[in-house]
Amino acid sequence: MKSRSATRVAYEQKQKRKGVAIATLSTLLVLLVLIVSIPQAPGWEKVKNSFFNGEILVSTFPSLLKAFTLDIAIFLWSLPAIAILGLLIALCRDQKTPAMFPLRMFGILYTDVFRGVPVILTIFLIGFGVPGLGLHRPWNSPYIWGTLALVLTYSAYVAEVIRSGIESVHESQRAAGKSLGLSQSDTMRFIVLPQALRRVVPANMNMLVALQKDVALLSFIGPVEILRQAGVHKSLLANFTPYVGAAIIFLAVTVPATRYADYLLAKQHKERS
Amino acid sequence: MHFLNQSDLNQTVLSPIMKNTKMSVLKIAVFSIALVFGTAVNAANECATGKTLKEGVLTIATGNPAYYPWVMDNDPSSGEGFEAAVAYEVASRMGFEKDKVEWTAASFDEAIQPGVKDFDVNLQQFSITEEREKVVDFSAPYYSAAMAVLVRQSSIANGAEATVESLKKLKWGIDSNTTALKMLQENIKPDSDPLLYDDNVNVTEAMKANQIDAAMFDLPTALYLGAVVLEDGVVLGQFPADRTETPDQFGMLMEDGNALKECVDVALNAMTEDGTLAEIEAEWLQETTGVPLIK
Repeated sequence: MKSRSATRVAYEQKQKRKGVAIATLSTLLVLLVLIVSIPQAPGWEKVKNSFFNGEILVSTFPSLLKAFTLDIAIFLWSLPAIAILGLLIALCRDQKTPAMFPLRMFGILYTDVFRGVPVILTIFLIGFGVPGLGLHRPWNSPYIWGTLALVLTYSAYVAEVIRSGIESVHESQRAAGKSLGLSQSDTMRFIVLPQALRRVVPANMNMLVALQKDVALLSFIGPVEILRQAGVHKSLLANFTPYVGAAIIFLAVTVPATRYADYLLAKQHKERS
Repeated sequence: MHFLNQSDLNQTVLSPIMKNTKMSVLKIAVFSIALVFGTAVNAANECATGKTLKEGVLTIATGNPAYYPWVMDNDPSSGEGFEAAVAYEVASRMGFEKDKVEWTAASFDEAIQPGVKDFDVNLQQFSITEEREKVVDFSAPYYSAAMAVLVRQSSIANGAEATVESLKKLKWGIDSNTTALKMLQENIKPDSDPLLYDDNVNVTEAMKANQIDAAMFDLPTALYLGAVVLEDGVVLGQFPADRTETPDQFGMLMEDGNALKECVDVALNAMTEDGTLAEIEAEWLQETTGVPLIK
């Protein structure tokens, strides 16, 4: 291919600089409009005091951070359980032989039910209902059963994601495995799954980000994590700023995770094309 | 010749004038007394004109659902239940008869959010606290709430007593929207961290699931939950309302700077002074005696 001429390169650079300048100007204009017009709203002072009260933000932040450690802990111990259970359910749904039909049916029912019921309902039903059957401490702890509810729900979503990954691996791969004399399970283990799992990593990262937030739902059955702690402050101070503080903490964790997921997706596109 | 003398003058000129003047003075006196009385009566009713959401109507918000004994059968418009009765009494003293009171449902969150409220007053066992006073307005208190400890029979069988030392060892559950949490942390300081819930029913559910041993509510709520929701609930003891430095008092919640507050306060103070409030309390909350004090 002919290399580009110097004038062409200079022209392209000039266009690029012009584009950046226009983008900057336009962004500044939008920001200016927002900064000027929002405080014009009649209720702005009250909203600012109710949601963006600096004094309250600073005073409640340490306790919110402390409560967030519980969220992180719940997230970390749910993760392996969700990964394993999700994989198992995906494999259940993948069964093609007639003898394994009950397993397949179970997989379908499981994903339908746990993706269809709102997470909070599952948390209430399992977090209060199962201990209510008469378990003794510490086996009736809301941490155990609330985590189980989260794990059951999220593994349904993860199972569907993994299943889509498995199905995206071309049939020829299985045929190649068969021709090599590998059994069904060996084909799955050595040929299909490694490819499938690598393909669905970005989608699973999405699930991870969603899980980071849904951990807060365990607050409904007792554990004092960040959402509940913010609520306590809200009740005592009659102010919503603690929730904004909690939102900031969540963003500080989920935004890097989302950016990493984007990076993985871009990398995958580059590898494929 | 008959000269006009004083008596003539009296008879012919002065006396009729005097009579007329006397009549006028009398009429004026009667009329002005009537006016003063009339305006005094109307003044009480006029306090609230122009200060309510809807002209001529008082919009009161309460919880959804509204619990016994504050409201009976979740129907505040029946006027039955302590808070329903207090609300109607205050309304009538402000000049709103029973048919001019409308009920709506609003949570604590809706009450404290910035922006137009869709009620004039909100009453659902809100405790008056200094921090909350900065953001909303409370009326004069209409009830002093003793805080009570609720446990199950099994806890009593395991040796729980109405003493702070015994209560420290229990696993606590609290409704996080109430001032019970502060009370627990200041007066009992339990050994293990309490679990917090959204509302009273979740707390009793956790009790049924044996995840917590004890909970704290205001005394009437504790009696209700113990008897009706938890079949084997027992109110172990109470912290009387005036025991702590900041007694727990319920007030009607209003938007910050609401002009209606002074009218509501006038009505409530009058009710407290003439004993009406005590009567209403005796009628709806008479079971709240006989619960042992916590040492």
